[in-house]
Amino acid sequence: MGLMRRFSNIFKAKASKTLDKYEDPRETLDYSYERTLEMLQKMRRAVADVATSRKRIELQAQQLQRSAAKLEGQAKQAVSQDREDLAREALTRRQAIASQLTDLQAQHDQLKSEEARMVEASQRLQAKVDSFRIRKETMKANYTAAEAQTKVNEAISGIGEEMGDVGLAMQRAEDKVAQMQARSGALDELMASGALDDASMSSDRLQAELDRGFAEPAVEAELSRLKGELTGGSTTAKQLDAPADDAEAPAEAPAPAPAKAEAPVEEERR
Amino acid sequence: MIVRISGEGQFDVPDGHLDELNRLDDDLTKAVDSGDDAQFTSALEALLVSVRTAGAELPADWIGPSDLVLPSPDSTIHEVREVLGDEGLIPG
Repeated sequence: MGLMRRFSNIFKAKASKTLDKYEDPRETLDYSYERTLEMLQKMRRAVADVATSRKRIELQAQQLQRSAAKLEGQAKQAVSQDREDLAREALTRRQAIASQLTDLQAQHDQLKSEEARMVEASQRLQAKVDSFRIRKETMKANYTAAEAQTKVNEAISGIGEEMGDVGLAMQRAEDKVAQMQARSGALDELMASGALDDASMSSDRLQAELDRGFAEPAVEAELSRLKGELTGGSTTAKQLDAPADDAEAPAEAPAPAPAKAEAPVEEERR
Repeated sequence: MIVRISGEGQFDVPDGHLDELNRLDDDLTKAVDSGDDAQFTSALEALLVSVRTAGAELPADWIGPSDLVLPSPDSTIHEVREVLGDEGLIPG
């Protein structure tokens, strides 16, 4: 048997199981209608789940884009400081983020098409629900045993088939959402741990080294200012001490010193 | 003949088109037997295109059973196997 027939048979067998059959076909019609409404509700929740999952991916992508921009800035900063090692480090991490972003984009596209498909499916189901509501009332009003055999059964199996199809679409979407959530969760943990923007050291350490690169010249300047103040101070002290230590330095000697020094000379001259 | 493309809707296909569908179905069956994903995708696409081209899409509010149900366009071999379930690929 070809795949087409086998797929059809199994699909239809499964679909017919989605609806319980009552002895009175009119009851089955009502029951089927209730189940269809439930299905529509479930479908809407499933669409909302997919949308939530998609939005989460969008937020993660924004976060990653910010990280990538930050690393780009750090790389530039590193280059301006002639720190090629740090620049390389920042760019390596930026690469890792870029590949995560590509993954996210693919997941996002997948979820978007899944979402679109489900919206379409729920619109189809909604149209069938509306049409089924009217039809079942007409059938119930004009109910005859003969009709029960044909038209009612047709409507019921038609609606059952639609539910089977919608159920399949929902299952697929739920599986995809579950996969995405697992991946999103893993990515969240990865981002929180800093492991993603971290090849060998934490992002904070990269920034710290860069800050040090900027801070160091300023610190050096401060240091030499302080040194300058200290050495400048001792020079002044030497100058003050100079007359006592070295009375024979005439040019550098303070005013009173020559007077003292001249006195003995004058005494000798006398 | 009413044909449902899973996830897409139902089509009213002229009965005379069945031979063509069977021929395309042979290709699809071979692709599934070989387990070749790319071959499966193109064979499925060919079958679905044939249904869409030869058939007229039924309105969304039409209610009735289908004579044939086909997998959705983006199905994978894995997903089709899942629907086939315990029967496996080659029925016993």
